[in-house]
Amino acid sequence: MLIGITVLLVFQLIGEVTAYFLNGFVPGPVIGMAMAAVALTLTGGVKILRPAHQQTIDTSKVVLANLGILFVPAGVGIIQHLDLIRDSGLELLAIVVLSTVITLTVTVWVFILVKRLSGGYAND
Amino acid sequence: MTEGLWVYLATSPLLWLVTTLVVWLAATAIAGLSPGNALLNPIMLSIAVIAAILCIAGIDYDAYFKGAQFIHFLLGPATVALGIPLYEKLSLVKSNLVPMLCALVVGSLTAVGSTVFFAHLFGFAPDVVASLAPKSTTAAVAMAVSSGLNGDPALTAAVVVLTGICGAIVVTPMMNAMRIKDFSARGFAVGLASHGIGTARAYSVDPVAGLFSGIAMGFNAVLTSLIVHVFL
Repeated sequence: MLIGITVLLVFQLIGEVTAYFLNGFVPGPVIGMAMAAVALTLTGGVKILRPAHQQTIDTSKVVLANLGILFVPAGVGIIQHLDLIRDSGLELLAIVVLSTVITLTVTVWVFILVKRLSGGYAND
Repeated sequence: MTEGLWVYLATSPLLWLVTTLVVWLAATAIAGLSPGNALLNPIMLSIAVIAAILCIAGIDYDAYFKGAQFIHFLLGPATVALGIPLYEKLSLVKSNLVPMLCALVVGSLTAVGSTVFFAHLFGFAPDVVASLAPKSTTAAVAMAVSSGLNGDPALTAAVVVLTGICGAIVVTPMMNAMRIKDFSARGFAVGLASHGIGTARAYSVDPVAGLFSGIAMGFNAVLTSLIVHVFL
């Protein structure tokens, strides 16, 4: 567990340092995510690192299974905008719902149609 | 005596850390009673309950966040953790690369374009439109984009959370209604439209959906910061 969380934090740190030099163009943790995937792929066959790999995989499973709670503190921040919700809450909600439903529909169908056209479902 | 205890506890980080954990565990237990009911979203339930507690007790957000920040901090390593299933299922990701990239570009343009369109339609001021435009991306990116466009990052943060919860609630009923069974496509769509909150939902439905949702979230964070300039 401790090795796993350390590996994740080390890659976040590398990501943050990279983000600093990219002027915050891409968030540090997102760079860390890509770097962790690349590093694990490159060192996947190295025997001495195998226990560290396994711990990192196990730790991420625990983290990803409980991902939802991590958004609660930021979400509670909505209490700072109660006046805005009172004034234009319905319009904001309408924009969010309409745009989300349209985006979900368009994205999922582009994915499926392109996959179908490129023969991605040939083995189904 | 009890009043003194309350003053002591209410200002300590421990009380709000424990509150967040206990409310979350109760919310997931309630959501687990009826797994098919997407409206019982544990993130939404937890936010509503904690917000109500703070309003009734007269606690301001900064005092709450002193405790909750320990949970908030884990968002960083959790984002890195999204890269680990990427490594475990690399061949599955590679075989879906072309559909992913096409869905990314079209989806990202749709997310920003539809938001800007409806915001103009409802007659919002330009600074509010700029605050709403990046709402499908993860909070850190959305707030940076918003302030770069002279929006209000605090408003952006609130709308980002709302968008995440909305996507997490509607995705399963919508995809089932459209009879879409490909969990890589379903996950990718919810990660693109509803960032990490959508990804949390995707992981609770299917591991492959969670994997593609995490990838979509990462890609869309990068692309949105570029394409907002097309619309604004």
